[in-house]
Amino acid sequence: MIGIEHYIVVSATLFVLGVLGIFLNRKNIIVILMAIELILLSVNINLVAFSAFLGDLTGQVFAMFVLTVAAGEAAIGLAILVVYFRGRGTIAVDDVNRMKG
Amino acid sequence: MIQTFAFYLFAVLLIAAGTLTIMSRNPVHSVLWLIVSFFNAAGLMVLVGAEFIAMLLVIVYVGAVAVLFLFVVMMLNIDFAEMRAGFMKNFPLGIAIALVLLAELILGIGAYRAGALELGTPDGSAAPLVGEGNTANIGALMYNDYIFLFEGAGLILLVAMVGAIVLTNRERQSGPHRGHQNIGKQNRRRPQDATINASPEVGKGVQL
Repeated sequence: MIGIEHYIVVSATLFVLGVLGIFLNRKNIIVILMAIELILLSVNINLVAFSAFLGDLTGQVFAMFVLTVAAGEAAIGLAILVVYFRGRGTIAVDDVNRMKG
Repeated sequence: MIQTFAFYLFAVLLIAAGTLTIMSRNPVHSVLWLIVSFFNAAGLMVLVGAEFIAMLLVIVYVGAVAVLFLFVVMMLNIDFAEMRAGFMKNFPLGIAIALVLLAELILGIGAYRAGALELGTPDGSAAPLVGEGNTANIGALMYNDYIFLFEGAGLILLVAMVGAIVLTNRERQSGPHRGHQNIGKQNRRRPQDATINASPEVGKGVQL
């Protein structure tokens, strides 16, 4: 039978994949934003699984708020990326801490 | 039986899509794999009985956020080869850190299975009503107990919308007081675009 530990393993693996995605794609900020969305998705799966197995709906309400914040953060992150691209012509962000331009 | 098969199907597809999201060469492929992973996560949530959250995931995440990603990826002209440099250099350390993190997370599950940890017990105030569906239950909880958080979430969305518009707003820059210069275009100039190496033959000119 499928117990809660199955859902926790899936959620943990997805979380680790998201962190690895941020680690590997340091230059490409769009993939970094997508890896952050993967992390938030793993947290949502975790919250909903616990809510179902404990019979407590608070987890699902919290998952909805996490969804809201994730959507708002994706919008703002992409807006910042568009403005950055307009000024620089590239989206390589690994040397954005150098004072140039 | 069907449930076990469906769970493993959704879980395997979800993890595979997540892996391909971060490993794709082409950012458009990454966005499409992210959409696949969202659909599979929604399937997992339907299996567990939370169909409202699952449909919300499909409508909001796939329908709005992933489409926004796709628009931005297609709008920016990205040089793929330059973006991938350094991927292999970080790979061993990244895999090592990911394995350590995964081991830590699964150790917790092992401890739970061995009986050393216990799940908390809910106090019953947020237990679902028996006769209603998932949507009615979430509505009953959210509009009664968490109404201020709901309004706060609406404010967050308003601020995000205003912020995105303010950030990307472009004023009209032409006019008698501005001339014909395009500051953004000048800033975007890169050294490799500024000069070209031409070796014309004797007597012939260079095409400007």
